[in-house]
Amino acid sequence: MSEISKEKKDSLEFVYDLFLKMKKHKVHLAYEGEITHQITKAFTSLAESNMAAQEDDNSVQKKVFHVMVECLQNVSKHAEVNEDDLFASTSRDGRGIFIVSRGEDEYYVTTGNLISNDKIQGLNLMLENINSMDKEGLKKLYKQQIREGRLSEKDGAGLGFIDIARKTGEKLVYSFLPVEETVSFFVLISTISRKSKSE
Amino acid sequence: MQVIKIKGTDDTPKVTLDADNGIFEISGRSLPEDVVAFYDPILEWLDEYSQSPNSKTVFDFKLEYFNTASSKLILDILLKLEEMCDAGKEILVRWHYPDDDEDMQEAGEEYADIVEVPFEQVSYSVD
Repeated sequence: MSEISKEKKDSLEFVYDLFLKMKKHKVHLAYEGEITHQITKAFTSLAESNMAAQEDDNSVQKKVFHVMVECLQNVSKHAEVNEDDLFASTSRDGRGIFIVSRGEDEYYVTTGNLISNDKIQGLNLMLENINSMDKEGLKKLYKQQIREGRLSEKDGAGLGFIDIARKTGEKLVYSFLPVEETVSFFVLISTISRKSKSE
Repeated sequence: MQVIKIKGTDDTPKVTLDADNGIFEISGRSLPEDVVAFYDPILEWLDEYSQSPNSKTVFDFKLEYFNTASSKLILDILLKLEEMCDAGKEILVRWHYPDDDEDMQEAGEEYADIVEVPFEQVSYSVD
């Protein structure tokens, strides 16, 4: 092993470390990079065949599909495209990390992406508002936003987040981690129960 | 009027708009890469059709899945139908949903609440 450079040795350890961590957190899909339409299609079709093999209930599969699409689109459309070396990007598609993990009773769909600090307050308010609502409240909010969303093209005004909260019936778990003076890292975890309603 | 016939793919719906034969249908999956580009020709067609529509228009939605970006454009289609309805034309929207898909059923109910147009929910069996 003496021929191997320190750098390569670190890489080898990193791979094993990553493998162990993914096992521990029951990750069955993890990706970091640009979130394009092709990536969205590839991941959702992969998840579909995985879930079919797991014999998950049809309604559970549909919910996971829904949540994956909305989460990926959020990153693709709203992630900060940063020019510095660490996060360099050559395309207009936002980039970030995307993870699907599967526990005994639940699926978790997690995204992480850079966000400009001046957007945090608005996003935080929107997510707090969504999390404070019950089923009926979310339904009202959805109807209101779908009408208003038609007017402002760029922002569905959180239609995707509202949809995730409605489809999963779970609170959105999220956090903003400071990266540098003007940029933070936004993490969002969506939870989908694997138990069908009829059970 | 020109007929619109678009084949469905795994991310775009099948669309048939055929005034002469009275077929107005959108079915399948809708999560196009560019929703506006996909739905624009459909909305334009409806604008033209609304100038001299058939005496009765039955519009069928039979979607398996649509993302929230598509949901706004679907509403745009329904609003065009509402306009025709307001202008005194006979319109019926038929919202087809798989009988095991509560979310798709609820989506139809919500659209029915938002637009003022005769709306019929039709469940179908997937098996």
